[in-house]
Amino acid sequence: MKKKIVVVGNGMVGYKFCEKLISKDVSKSFDLVVFGEESRPAYDRVHLSEYFAGKTAEDLTMAPSSWYKENGITLYLSDPVVDINREEKMVRSHHGIVENYDYLVLATGSAAFVPPIPGVEKDGVFVYRTIEDLDLMQSHAKKAKKGAVIGGGLLGLEAAKALLDLGLEETHVIEFAPRLMPRQIDEAGSKTLQSKLEGLGLQIHLSKNTQEITGNGVIESMKFADGSVLEVDMLVISAGIKPRDEVAKIAGLEVGTRGGIIVNDKLQTSDPNIFAIGECALAHQMIYGLVAPGYEMAEVVATSIVGGEKEFKPFDMSTKLKLIGIDVASFGDAFIQEPNAQTIVFENTAKGIYKRINISNDGKYLLGGVLVGDAEQYNMLLQNTKNKTLLPADPEDLMLGSRGGAEQASSGVMALPDEALICSCEAVTKGNICHEIIENKVTTLDGIKKCTKAGTGCGGCVPMVKDLINETMKSQGVFVRNILCEHFDYTRQELFDLVKIKGFKTYDDVLDNLGKGDGCEVCKPAVASIIASLWNEMILEKNATVQDSNDRFLANIQKNGTYSVVPRIPGGEITPEKLIVIGQVALKYNLYTKITGGQRIDLFGAHVSDLPDIWEELVNAGFESGHAYGKSLRTVKSCVGSTWCRFGVQDAVSFSIEVEERYRGLRSPHKLKSAVSGCTRECAEAQSKDFGIIATEKGWNLYVCGNGGVKPRHAELLATDIDSATCLKYIDRFLMFYIKTAEPLTRTAPWLDKMEGGINYLKSVIIDDALGMNAQFEQEMQFLVETYKCEWKEVVTNPALRKRFTHFVNAPKMKDPYAKFEPMREQVKAAEWK
Amino acid sequence: MEVNHSITITTMIAEQTITWHVACSVEDIPENGGACALIENEQIAIYNFTRRGEWYATQNLCPHRQQMALSRGMIGSTGADNEPKVACPFHKKTFSLKSGECLTGDEYSIKTYPVKVENGQVFVGV
Repeated sequence: MKKKIVVVGNGMVGYKFCEKLISKDVSKSFDLVVFGEESRPAYDRVHLSEYFAGKTAEDLTMAPSSWYKENGITLYLSDPVVDINREEKMVRSHHGIVENYDYLVLATGSAAFVPPIPGVEKDGVFVYRTIEDLDLMQSHAKKAKKGAVIGGGLLGLEAAKALLDLGLEETHVIEFAPRLMPRQIDEAGSKTLQSKLEGLGLQIHLSKNTQEITGNGVIESMKFADGSVLEVDMLVISAGIKPRDEVAKIAGLEVGTRGGIIVNDKLQTSDPNIFAIGECALAHQMIYGLVAPGYEMAEVVATSIVGGEKEFKPFDMSTKLKLIGIDVASFGDAFIQEPNAQTIVFENTAKGIYKRINISNDGKYLLGGVLVGDAEQYNMLLQNTKNKTLLPADPEDLMLGSRGGAEQASSGVMALPDEALICSCEAVTKGNICHEIIENKVTTLDGIKKCTKAGTGCGGCVPMVKDLINETMKSQGVFVRNILCEHFDYTRQELFDLVKIKGFKTYDDVLDNLGKGDGCEVCKPAVASIIASLWNEMILEKNATVQDSNDRFLANIQKNGTYSVVPRIPGGEITPEKLIVIGQVALKYNLYTKITGGQRIDLFGAHVSDLPDIWEELVNAGFESGHAYGKSLRTVKSCVGSTWCRFGVQDAVSFSIEVEERYRGLRSPHKLKSAVSGCTRECAEAQSKDFGIIATEKGWNLYVCGNGGVKPRHAELLATDIDSATCLKYIDRFLMFYIKTAEPLTRTAPWLDKMEGGINYLKSVIIDDALGMNAQFEQEMQFLVETYKCEWKEVVTNPALRKRFTHFVNAPKMKDPYAKFEPMREQVKAAEWK
Repeated sequence: MEVNHSITITTMIAEQTITWHVACSVEDIPENGGACALIENEQIAIYNFTRRGEWYATQNLCPHRQQMALSRGMIGSTGADNEPKVACPFHKKTFSLKSGECLTGDEYSIKTYPVKVENGQVFVGV
């Protein structure tokens, strides 16, 4: 005879109970019956505000109706339980359905607490709890301009976010207390949060006591105890929650004086066959208003019903959330202060960051803290608190992140003990995750999510799970070979040689013969680059969709989805006529113009559909593609050299033009920059380039493997006093060697760093022909030089290729209405993104 | 009886009626790539996954930085079960073409739409 469990309530916790029971009840000895009050099966209330940000009700659903059916669960929706007959062990629903039970689980959750303010019944006054509430708000918001929220706590600020998303002109937050989120964060944290929220357009009113809501049927204004009045046409009350204990009360179960069904450590109510879990339960004299303790309660009851032993212990209420894009976190004992602890506070008012950690008086342990504005360290701080990890000598490093110098060993994820709880929503420990990585070879975030459920709740632990995967794999000695990606079990160098030997010319050929799966954004551009470096065919002919977006549209994508255009101006030399053409094109297509660091002119804000027309005009005026979009030669900068300069010893401009025209269009593992200086004063900054040439009295000095950027590097001297022909020969060899052997997206400087023997080895290859490859290198480069064609010229004259440059395939002439501009200093700039 | 009754109602709520719209012809979408179509004033990215003989459609907006760019992203697959995906050209956030879920660990997701091809025409269900 099967036993029957009736679950009253189908919210997140009620659902989680079903999920846990199904997985524990392997012998299928229970029947499950669920009553839900709402019309849809349980959904993710934690992320409710995303409903206005574009998520649908289905997106938020925990599991579809079919899931209940497949697991043999009887689900009654839109039908709350109204009566419990404890004598007969029977429940009756609103629609009159009667079910017997062996165990009853109350998961009725909570409702919004609405303070008894006169006028709360008026139209335009809402609570923020269910998808139905949201639908009502949404339809009212269409005609509303000014909105307010009563409540400056966690839920109130969530509701304020919803009003912002609904696009109201003004959003006010009314809080009775003198500061925001008084339960979670300290006073200084509240202040930081407040100024950040005000910066986002929220108007915040503190110490305000609402006395009356006025209006003729519909809300018009709010009156406060201090006599002030605020005109609003929409109000959301989000001042707290009230446990749904009505049906428990009717059944004579014990409830707390301020609401909540009283339960013991096993979560049994005063009737041992009836349990209460989630926000309707009063455990340890408190209501746990977060989802993680609710899930833990579901676990405790499911375990004990199937015959296990588990108790609900006081639950850590540490929490991290994003409120309107602002990180807010509190963990451990957030408020403890001197003399019971020492506090370390960091505040950056300009950036809106406040951090506080509380440490034990002996300086050994972290007790808790508050983070506002930047909660990146939350997971580590929480783990250090929970696991009583011994603090490093400078505990502020934990809160601020390491600022150079030696890494603190105890702050790393690998220093945590195996029992450290990484995902508190699903109670997954570091040990569980590492076990999956090591024993079951699950090495992707997705995989870990699937097999452990870690990271599937609030998602806050995801960065930590990623770190764990990476660090654990490293410690296992995995990743020794730098294979391209999951689709190719080859390094770039191996793949380069194979593609060459087999003569593959399309990405699909390479994938079919050498890889697996369908490719990805890592291997596609890498293979495309190899194919281009080998065969130098027009990149959009056979391999258009494996090119990165910039290569696919032969332009650089910018902040609002428009592109920038950079015509080649070899050596930075340009005639007045050509300058005028650039000016005319920019005027005609309303482009922002700027001189680049590489002595060229960048034209920004071109719609994708305008690109071929723009280039048609440029090509007709004699311009060629500048390849600013490609991993290829960008610019060969020059100083004016001996033609004009009184110090110049060689004609730097003429040589830089020769170099630029020789290597234009050359595809390589990363971008290539070059420069030629006409004397030792080095005005062209050649020593910061991948290959730089400096004039001497006798010829040229050639430098290689320098760059600017994140980590500036001076180039190293490869050869001195060489003539122009030798210089080009050495560059040919150098570039081919680099193209064949570098990892994807590796500039020449880090390539040289990894090379055993360094610059001396490189010299032996290029100058002394240590590999015996130089004749081949030169021949291969000569092939690339001879087969060069301007990509844009080909597109402009090829109608089929031109047709691809549209934003809408079904409205080719129409421009993307989302591409917005703002005026700036008589030109335009891209509208700021969110 | 009561059981089935209440479940049917929910399913009906969940399954909204689909209207099929002609988006473009098959050759308008490049092989193994995407393009954007304007349907009912919405920008919808349509992907011609020639390699797999499959078609997909999603919102064109990448939720990360609110950019209309997904149709210009590279498509591919990931994982043991070859989940089809698209990578946004801006910051390489990737999304499942089947579920719309973000595969690079962020909380947002994208809308997906059903696609069918008849007589060389591509239809998207909205």
